[in-house]
Amino acid sequence: MLITLMVVVGLVVLVLLWVVAIYNGLVRQRNEVKNAWAQIDVQLKRRHDLIPNLVETVKGYATHERGTLDAVISARAKAVNTHGVANQAVAEGELSQALGRLMMVVENYPDLKANQNFLALQEELTSTENRIGFARQFYNDSVMKYNTVIESFPQNVVAGSFGFQRAEHFELQDAAQREAPQVKFS
Amino acid sequence: MWEAIRSNQRRSLWLIAVMGTLLVALGIVIGLTVDMVLLFNPLQAVKTGLETGHVATFQEQLWEARGSALIGAGIALLVWGLLYLSAVTSGDSILLSSARAREIRREDAPQLWNIVEEMTIAAGLGRMPRIFIIDDASLNAFAAGYDPNRAAVAVTSGLLKSLNRDELQGVLAHEIAHIRNHDVRFMTLAAIMLGTIVMLAHFLLRAMFYGGQGRRGSSRQTGGGAQILMIAVALLFAILAPLLAQVLYFATSRRREYLADASAARFTRYPEGLASALEKIQRRPGVAADTNQAVAPMFIINPLQAERSLVRLFSTHPPTAERIRILRSMSGAGFQAYEEAYRAARKSGRCIGAQTLAAESDAVTIRTASVQTAEDTPLSRGEAVERVLDHALPFVVLTCGCGTKLKLPPGWKRPTAECPRCGRQHEVPKAQTAQVLGVAAALGVATAATRAAEAATPAESPAKSAADRPARYTRRGRGWESFQCTCGHPVQLSPNFTASTIGCPKCRRRIQIIDATAEASGT
Repeated sequence: MLITLMVVVGLVVLVLLWVVAIYNGLVRQRNEVKNAWAQIDVQLKRRHDLIPNLVETVKGYATHERGTLDAVISARAKAVNTHGVANQAVAEGELSQALGRLMMVVENYPDLKANQNFLALQEELTSTENRIGFARQFYNDSVMKYNTVIESFPQNVVAGSFGFQRAEHFELQDAAQREAPQVKFS
Repeated sequence: MWEAIRSNQRRSLWLIAVMGTLLVALGIVIGLTVDMVLLFNPLQAVKTGLETGHVATFQEQLWEARGSALIGAGIALLVWGLLYLSAVTSGDSILLSSARAREIRREDAPQLWNIVEEMTIAAGLGRMPRIFIIDDASLNAFAAGYDPNRAAVAVTSGLLKSLNRDELQGVLAHEIAHIRNHDVRFMTLAAIMLGTIVMLAHFLLRAMFYGGQGRRGSSRQTGGGAQILMIAVALLFAILAPLLAQVLYFATSRRREYLADASAARFTRYPEGLASALEKIQRRPGVAADTNQAVAPMFIINPLQAERSLVRLFSTHPPTAERIRILRSMSGAGFQAYEEAYRAARKSGRCIGAQTLAAESDAVTIRTASVQTAEDTPLSRGEAVERVLDHALPFVVLTCGCGTKLKLPPGWKRPTAECPRCGRQHEVPKAQTAQVLGVAAALGVATAATRAAEAATPAESPAKSAADRPARYTRRGRGWESFQCTCGHPVQLSPNFTASTIGCPKCRRRIQIIDATAEASGT
């Protein structure tokens, strides 16, 4: 009797330990996804902060490009006020396009392209676009790993009962944007 | 990516285990040799032999010397442990100071800083590595640091000057991949083990050489068979152990280079960046003034090694040409694409663990090149001079489909030229040679060829009748072709050219291109 009881208690303890291990693993992975998202967020903010400076600099030289500049400003304003992975992806995709158009226009102003301040901004912008791309790549990798884990047995049982939810991928809507975003300067 | 690290670690554990066994065995052999050969007293042995009426066999003598064997093993491990501790606690600072690296701040090199930050994000490192610059004109880079979160990368100032943004990104991605894959930590561990083994083997040989001299005669007299056997074993060990350890170490080091290349391609999603950087580095490696053997495996290309070294077993890095070829033949930027390219290039073996390949579900596409402004990369004086010379001297310049520029000297006689990079054959365009001869004439270089050309051209000058001739050209084949426009300017057609007209680069006239092969099949 005592032996049976001990065996049962032992088994229960083992199962509990096992559940705890799975739960901790899931939490670790979820935090990894969260961290990866925070990194994207940091880079997006960095881009938002760069834009006013860039617009100011371009304005001084390219006086005839009001439309393009306004498009960038409004796209930025929209992106700043958007929340949620999917919505943000759309807004940021639009901002990327507006920036791309601005950079194409800039080609016509050799004085601007020789401006030291503009060159520094341009490097910052290129780097920021790269960082967004790389952060997104890393985030999506983490999300894929996390989603695979929650859906596979036996983790899905634990994940289901503790309310772990699938994470969303961060995909920019335009097919051309799917490649790591590159602002081209030539 | 994580699986890559894990399978890396498993493989590394194997290596460490084998090398550790070698180290301990070497220690035991040293202990036994010291006990049985160097401290062996023939007179005492003869005396005990007479007293007991029994001469100790080899096995018995080994058993007698077991204490010394243990001490030997202990000393071997102790030496390794001490060296290892000193490397872990101050290894990277020794490395960096021996390479005369200075740490930079963001303002010193904003682009380099940005690129390192980008790669830190791409690799998902917890902390950005410290950045060092080595003031040296050679092209190289390395990673250091025992802990991935307290790592450092160093680049030479020459590298910073001669690579563009994409190439620099490729190189730093490779270095950060080394940090990410825990290569620095592991290679330190293994390198120190290797060093200890080599050192102990050297000690053993020396000890036998000096110790053996004094007693060679006496051991022969007593017929110490066991001693001779022990000397043979010790000799074999002293020679084979370091060799084996080196082969193991170098094989692992090379594998890690490939893996770092694959990771770099995946991080940047632009294999061409690293490939073209490697090509530039290979072309002008330039041994850094005080590069020593210890630092060598950490560099992106081994600075001490001649590329055509026959003994490939003993090199820390795979042949650069092969690394470039693999990177260039990748169909995507992911691990799977690298693995395919690796197998195609090497015809055997695997590079990346199966788990890593399986974990990568969707194909990773290669991104487009980021084009730089001219202001970003100012020409060095050498490059500027080279460019001027290119224009002034009568060279024929062909651009190959793979991007290489072939520069043919004025005296080029053969009708074709081979691209040194991809091996494509190029027809040497006649018009360009003609133009070159013109330049040569203008410079006053009257060569035999110019004279022959003058004799061959009819009296009428091309410029006079230019306007009358119809602007059309019939293609002879599918290769590189060139002809003279009616204005006299050379026009070149690449093998990829398919359109029906081409504009003359000088007079802007449209020239009709008739495809001879197409026409032939049409009629």
